[in-house]
Amino acid sequence: MANVLVFAETRANTLRKVALESVTAARALADSTGGGEVHALVAGSPGIAAVAEQLGQHGADLVVVVEHAGLANFDREVVAATLAARAKSGSYRIVVVGFSAQGRDIGPRVAAKLDVPIVTDVVEASVTGGAITVKHPAYANKVIVTLEINAPLAVLSVRPGAFMVATAPHAVRTEMMAPAAEPSASKVVVKELIEGGKGKLDLGEAPVIVAGGRGLKAPENFKLAEDLAAAFGNAAVGATRAVTDEGWRPHSDQIGQTGRQVSPQLYIAVGISGAIQHLAGMRSSRTIVAINKDKDAPIFKVADYGIVGDVLEVLPVLTQAVREAKAAH
Amino acid sequence: MKIAVCIKRTPDSESRFRIAASSASIDETGLKFDIDDFASYAVEVALQLNEKQGPGETVAYAVGPDAVQETLRKAMSMGVDRAVQLKTDAVPYDGLAVAKALAAELKSGGYDLILFGKHAFDTSAGIVGTATAELLGVSCVTAATKLDIANGRGTARRELEGVAEIVEFPLPAVVTIDEGIARPRYPSLKGIMSAKKKPLETRPAQLGNVRVTVKSMALPPDRPPGRIIGEGTAAVPELVRLLQTEAKVL
Ligand SMILES: Cc1cc2nc3c(=O)[nH]c(=O)nc-3n(C[C@H](O)[C@H](O)[C@H](O)COP(=O)(O)OP(=O)(O)OC[C@H]3O[C@@H](n4cnc5c(N)ncnc54)[C@H](O)[C@@H]3O)c2cc1C
Ligand SMILES: Nc1ncnc2c1ncn2[C@@H]1O[C@H](COP(=O)(O)O)[C@@H](O)[C@H]1O
Repeated sequence: MANVLVFAETRANTLRKVALESVTAARALADSTGGGEVHALVAGSPGIAAVAEQLGQHGADLVVVVEHAGLANFDREVVAATLAARAKSGSYRIVVVGFSAQGRDIGPRVAAKLDVPIVTDVVEASVTGGAITVKHPAYANKVIVTLEINAPLAVLSVRPGAFMVATAPHAVRTEMMAPAAEPSASKVVVKELIEGGKGKLDLGEAPVIVAGGRGLKAPENFKLAEDLAAAFGNAAVGATRAVTDEGWRPHSDQIGQTGRQVSPQLYIAVGISGAIQHLAGMRSSRTIVAINKDKDAPIFKVADYGIVGDVLEVLPVLTQAVREAKAAH
Repeated sequence: MKIAVCIKRTPDSESRFRIAASSASIDETGLKFDIDDFASYAVEVALQLNEKQGPGETVAYAVGPDAVQETLRKAMSMGVDRAVQLKTDAVPYDGLAVAKALAAELKSGGYDLILFGKHAFDTSAGIVGTATAELLGVSCVTAATKLDIANGRGTARRELEGVAEIVEFPLPAVVTIDEGIARPRYPSLKGIMSAKKKPLETRPAQLGNVRVTVKSMALPPDRPPGRIIGEGTAAVPELVRLLQTEAKVL
């Protein structure tokens, strides 16, 4: 029986998918120890308590609500201090955060504040007696490392997409907690948020990704990739480093070893050669489609379905076919 | 400005890896090692900041066995002024332990800015920089894609998923560097020559307790071999059929 504390990440007072995945992971860990409690901490501006019910649906027993007018934007210092204070006050075995931009920022701070070990980018975890065992892809996903943590409390940062959100309704209690630090005293202050386009799905959350490479020939041809993504309706558009280096797409769209690491249900690579650094970011996708005019392009070695052809010709036809298939549902 | 940059010695990311017989590490025979990718961007950022801002000092730190001296010399050949090796026989997989060794050393260094990579190629962990900042109690920005320093304050850009954040912070600060800021320069011949004469100190690393250990390493399962289903637009109907019936994603 061990309790697990989990950070439920929000943006604009709405839970992110990684929050539900983290709670799912926390629930499984608590259950594996013979049924401890899952306590989920949320931090935001007044009104954030409304997310408690949803967290209960995925297995939280208690939601620790940290409401403050100064928490409208993500405040890493306040969240880390409050999560650490909470972890110290309870009898927790594990603190779970997501390995997202917020979680990457918070996890190591909490671990350092508490002087407890942390492992990140966790894709599997289990508790056996005194040890926690986790799997973690390293060397840009080329090696899977199994790590053992020997400590009474540890921070685990879970890879987005690795723990499928599960429904496990629990009667959820809530408890208010004051922030452990004053938001106005934070050293790092958010001056501006630049939205990446309204309603645009994030690469880490989209079930389908259409990724374009230099084979698209010109920035304006990314319209063809966007049209295909729109036809799917649940897709995001990514790019190779060759493309982000050219400035055709922003760096934040880059997939690969030094960009985002994704594993969607469907990955459609168009005009991408399949360099090892690109594969490092997408080879764990469930189904991979590749369209490339060179039949010897390395991308075809990992593609479940390859089409040898000119993307500029194939994409519009594929987009139309996907639209029709969707309409037939 | 006085800038420290923490660099790790990691194998070339293009290598094909094999697991060592012990199954708890990779087989290092035949691998080439260099400054890890993100840390090499951090070195470039440090050099550019000091070139732009006038007189300053850039110091590189590496925790590791004597092999890291070569990595530190490489940083000096790019233009770093001096280097410090924090010596340990093997670098533990415990990021907090490495952060403790760096923080113990950097604490009294009087640095305005301490730069790290967003994550190291080998651990792919993203722990050491942010944990070091916390141990030092200084401002910290994780995974910056832009960085400017003026009048004792920094401004950085960070990519959250789908949104970019512009943050401001006071110095001293730790910043971990994402890709896209700067391409690392190649050392010049003059740089390589002068690096040989630059000071490189060695001190023991104060790692403290190591609580995360490697049990085993394995290569990821292979994907089934790829399959080409056809050519040009004529293959589209077959692709759609497979996506519907076999992959069930449409
Ligand atoms: C340290 C390091 C880190 C890196 N990190 C990353 C990373 O994170 N992500 C990443 O993507 N790359 C990364 N790279 C770069 C990587 O090595 C490749 O250079 C890059 O992925 C190539 O992008 P590309 O496939 O778009 O371009 P190219 O390699 O130029 O391939 C273009 C492809 O398009 C095809 N093509 C051309 N015209 C057409 C057409 N009309 N129709 C169909 N196909 C066509 C060509 O046959 C070719 O295969 C990294 C490199 C290094 C050294
Ligand atoms: N042994 C080390 N010596 C010096 N710097 C390191 C070491 N390990 C990690 N770092 C720095 O911390 C960053 C993040 O490493 P990690 O937390 O292991 O992903 C690296 O990019 C380096 O800048």
